[in-house]
Amino acid sequence: MEQGSPKGSKLWHWLDERIGLKDLEKLAKKKEIPLHRHTFWYYFGGMTLFLFTIQVATGILLLLYYRPSAGEAFESIQFLMTEVEFGWLIRSIHAWSANLMIFAMFIHLFSALLLTAYRAPRELTWLSGGGLLALTLGFGFTGYLLPWNELAFFATRVGTEIPGVIPVIGPFMRRLLRGGDDVTGATLTRFYGIHVAILPALLAGALGLHLFLVQKHGMSRPPSEESGEGAKRVMPFVPNFLLRDLVGWLCALGVLAALAAYFPAELGKKADPFQPAPIGIKPEWYFMAMFQTLKLIPSHILGIEGELIGVLGFGAVGAVLILMPFLDRRAAAGRPSRFPAVFGIALILYSILLTYLGYTMSPTK
Amino acid sequence: MGRDEASSVQNGTRRDFLNWFLGTSAGAFLVSVLYPLTRYLIPPKGEESSARTVTLSIKPQEVKFNSGQIFRFGSQPAILVNTPAGELKAFSAACTHLACIVQYRGDLGQIWCACHNGHFDLNGKNVEGPPPKPLEEYTVNVRGDQLVVSKKG
Repeated sequence: MEQGSPKGSKLWHWLDERIGLKDLEKLAKKKEIPLHRHTFWYYFGGMTLFLFTIQVATGILLLLYYRPSAGEAFESIQFLMTEVEFGWLIRSIHAWSANLMIFAMFIHLFSALLLTAYRAPRELTWLSGGGLLALTLGFGFTGYLLPWNELAFFATRVGTEIPGVIPVIGPFMRRLLRGGDDVTGATLTRFYGIHVAILPALLAGALGLHLFLVQKHGMSRPPSEESGEGAKRVMPFVPNFLLRDLVGWLCALGVLAALAAYFPAELGKKADPFQPAPIGIKPEWYFMAMFQTLKLIPSHILGIEGELIGVLGFGAVGAVLILMPFLDRRAAAGRPSRFPAVFGIALILYSILLTYLGYTMSPTK
Repeated sequence: MGRDEASSVQNGTRRDFLNWFLGTSAGAFLVSVLYPLTRYLIPPKGEESSARTVTLSIKPQEVKFNSGQIFRFGSQPAILVNTPAGELKAFSAACTHLACIVQYRGDLGQIWCACHNGHFDLNGKNVEGPPPKPLEEYTVNVRGDQLVVSKKG
């Protein structure tokens, strides 16, 4: 498609007749990136996608050694980390890339929120993004259990207890998630199936829809950049923006390699369902703000159990976030709107504060 | 004109009938797929932890003063505490907040949950932090060389 490519060669024609290379070329040429002072934030969707492909590749490699049972999971990862050549590297990259991916996704989410990119006609793009967020957190939560270590065991005990506090359907949800009444080998097998088959299948659908809608509608230009001079400035996606993307991905790969090499993923102690929760236990950083909230909430508020209030609060914040295109009527009507900015910044500040407290407050107070 | 109308009405009812047939068949098919699928996803009931009494493998004199340890009460974790008053007490070890397994803190003389910083006194009462309910207390009996723990009531 670029100069030097064998356009007009026999092979190119042969493929064109069968696949329609010309149409693909036209599509690639059509895609443009709006240029303005917030263009930088467009990189984070692609970054999330790039890190996701690393997750798929390393995840497939981990499958070759992992054994999903309570008796063997921990030992199989111990074997992977100590005996298999570069096993530590593959696992560390998988663990770190997961964290970087979720970080990139949060940047993507909040930049889209603050730039009100969800305005019509992009409501479904936003909703499919919300689905991807939920699926990704599901990947993080289910993957965390798979090493079957102490931290994983208690994180899962707490994490699956949380839906259990919802009235009426709670206990049923908990049993469904755990594959029984307690977190056992049955939970591990279930989480394994969810992590490597069910979530990937759902994600393929949601991601396909998200990417299709992004291609269909093009990138959203923030309202502040819609008028005035330079409102029409664009950059071709192929090759200009894509090459810049590649530079970012290369940097991410470098950071990933350094993190994996200098801070390899730990394994800890094997899970024992008859040992107390270890002092200083904590979840992954992206669940830390919620974890710390549950820790600080008093046992009863106005006669209602604190954790129920907490869980309902998380649900309400999530619902406002996901339904933002329909709640933010001002942006929908093309008028400047404060609500998403206030909501988004308050949510960011709250999360940072609680995460900070989570890492600094004495665990034994 | 009149015949056309008549035939279109007739077609309409025939179509309605076929659509209804198709719709109910599709619905029945969906139910016949979803019902076993849903039942499959719900795990079978495990054996109920019917244990009302357990005899511990540790001897009364082996339980260190001002310390606690976890033992199995049927399929559930429970905690045995030798209190500063020299009394042996046992409780369910699953925190009433979000089910983490608690431990005894000798420095506080309290039962403590590391997950969300919940505190219980030596009667199992939730005294600090997020736990909403007390821990269930069990009866501890010393029968000669044996420790027998049983549910109350």
